Amino acid sequence: MPWYKQTYDWVERRVQLEGPVREAIEHPVPRNTASWWYVFGSASFVLLLLQIVTGILLAIVYVPEAGEAWNSLQVLNHQLPLGWFLRAMHGWGSNFMVAVVVIHMCQVFLFGAYKFPRELTWVLGVFLLLMTLGMAFTGQVLRFDQDAYWGLGIGASISSRIPIIGGPIVHLLLGGPIIAGATLTRFFALHVFVIPSAMLGFAGLHTWLVIKLGINEWPTPGRIVTRDTYIQEYHELTHKDGIPFFPYAIWKDFVFSAGILLAVAVCAAVFGPYGPTGQPDPTIIQTVPKPDYFFLWIYSILSFLPVWMETPFMLVAPVIGIGAMLALPFIAGVGEKSWYRRPVAVLSVAILAVAWATLTHLATYEPWSPKMEAWSGAAVPVKYIHNRTPLELQGANVLQEKQCRNCHMLGGVGGERGPALDGVADRLTEDQLIRQVLQGGGNMPAYGKNLSPPQVTALVAFLETLHPDNEHPAVDESRPLVETTAVDTPAMPAPAPKGQ
Amino acid sequence: MATIVEKTPVQGDAPNPISPKELSRRKLLMQLGLALNGVVALAIATPIIRYLLFPLKKKDGYLSWISIGDVNDFPEGGTRLVTYRNPFTHPWDGETGNVAAYVRREQGNAFTVFAINCAHLGCPVRWFEQSQLFMCPCHGGVYYSNGDRAAGPPERGLFKYPTRVQNGKLMIDAGQIPTLAGQQAKLVKGIAPCPGTSKPTIG
Repeated sequence: MPWYKQTYDWVERRVQLEGPVREAIEHPVPRNTASWWYVFGSASFVLLLLQIVTGILLAIVYVPEAGEAWNSLQVLNHQLPLGWFLRAMHGWGSNFMVAVVVIHMCQVFLFGAYKFPRELTWVLGVFLLLMTLGMAFTGQVLRFDQDAYWGLGIGASISSRIPIIGGPIVHLLLGGPIIAGATLTRFFALHVFVIPSAMLGFAGLHTWLVIKLGINEWPTPGRIVTRDTYIQEYHELTHKDGIPFFPYAIWKDFVFSAGILLAVAVCAAVFGPYGPTGQPDPTIIQTVPKPDYFFLWIYSILSFLPVWMETPFMLVAPVIGIGAMLALPFIAGVGEKSWYRRPVAVLSVAILAVAWATLTHLATYEPWSPKMEAWSGAAVPVKYIHNRTPLELQGANVLQEKQCRNCHMLGGVGGERGPALDGVADRLTEDQLIRQVLQGGGNMPAYGKNLSPPQVTALVAFLETLHPDNEHPAVDESRPLVETTAVDTPAMPAPAPKGQ
Repeated sequence: MATIVEKTPVQGDAPNPISPKELSRRKLLMQLGLALNGVVALAIATPIIRYLLFPLKKKDGYLSWISIGDVNDFPEGGTRLVTYRNPFTHPWDGETGNVAAYVRREQGNAFTVFAINCAHLGCPVRWFEQSQLFMCPCHGGVYYSNGDRAAGPPERGLFKYPTRVQNGKLMIDAGQIPTLAGQQAKLVKGIAPCPGTSKPTIG
């Protein structure tokens, strides 16, 4: 007998794990579950293990101290051999993990896998999803750069809206009165000890339930789940037409997991690590904080909510959302599993996916945010200052100097908070332009106090030139009637109003 | 727990079947042991919870009057960015212990000191001297030079620190991150608190 077999036997006689392990991995599964659709759960677990390994490797260098964390990431990025690669693996591993966990959830939802008797498996899965997102957020905090700092500020801001206990909650969240060293250490404890250990426990129990209750069969339209018959039916399915999970089904899990790990490594090598962005110095205000991609959709929502809805939405929507996910298997625990017979389920996933993608896409270019550098960085297109009068040129100057461009595009450059000003004279008459500039409205600040009458005159004179060459600017129909000049002259060359 | 104990004697090859009398004693002892553990756990949990609550202080416990500069550093009619060290910091806080604020001097000793945190979600607003506006980079909140809300999602004006002038120094009552905590009663009804009042609106 070769030495390794002898060693194995020696150990096995003592630990006696072969039996239970064989029983677990060779348990019969329905033949049709040996599918590529069933690989996302195991891939999530493999990614969790990858995150633990790369996390430990980063922890041997990372310094969880507010004053030094950022510097230690610089050392990892630039001084330690392949430190950047480990950071990139951990960062991309996190991206992939969120994505694969969400795909896994959509798959089991569409396959009706949460139904009887797998309710608890689903509930544990919901908690695992929340913990995955919790890890993503706390991990972003540990990067301790400007995004992390202001992201914490947003977290504090949202928490502060909780009635009555909002103030104390903020201090508990931050570990003190402001975002500082105590904040970082508590998020470090959460990210490194608390959530991962809970995740391992939950994932273990989640897997245990999958083995004990059997993997969900491929749904067939018309095969209804009932509490009385399902167990019997499933038993027949696995024992008459079943195959051992190992090795008939598991090879696909192995192949997919290997592919995912390879994809993480390739992304890490090609795209590199995430940040850190600027130092977490709150006195540097030249910053445009942004969350990581999995939270961009929230970032978008928060810019679109009407004022009256914000606080209720921030506090109530998460409760309803999580509550609905947890309640799902208890409300819809029996019945059809097939997506062919569950239009509401399919539509829900489709709508959520489209909404998520749209909101995420919007957050990549933030049309709602002023572009802080546009007023000094984005020039007025040459065609708009060609052949203009001195007054109009002065108006173009006012437009730049007063930061109008931070919110208004011209020639495709500038902010998108307000409408683009190319062709604005087509939409608004001279009087309307003056009113809009002075009084604001429609989400534009009033400039009445900050512009002198000559500046307003010049600015509006310039805006009046912004119309297509072959069109006249918009005119108030009643204007010619009160003009003292010839009635057939359009209002364009009319003298600018005196004063305002 | 009781069910587990009841099942124990059922194990067939137990060498000595336990008599009912003995069982009830075992059961009592086990319950006693569990209760003891419960008491000890409670005794340990109490200090742990107290420890975890260390960041909580009584109202205004994190506020303190601090000087943010000489009165004459600030020109009348101007708005300046100042930075100060938060009064409640640890040596290891590094630069995160610093805080920035905007000081506006209307005239004489009339000052308004704004937190840089947007009243929407706390991002740092930027001051634009030319258009006399504060703009937020996150969700597009805009404020006038007196801190009033001008546009965007914020439901109120900028947060203001209480100020006073002492021995030629400008002092503010500060120390904690300004948030909306404690204003929900007003907000839920949809009425934004009135900015520009002399009432301090900080934290």
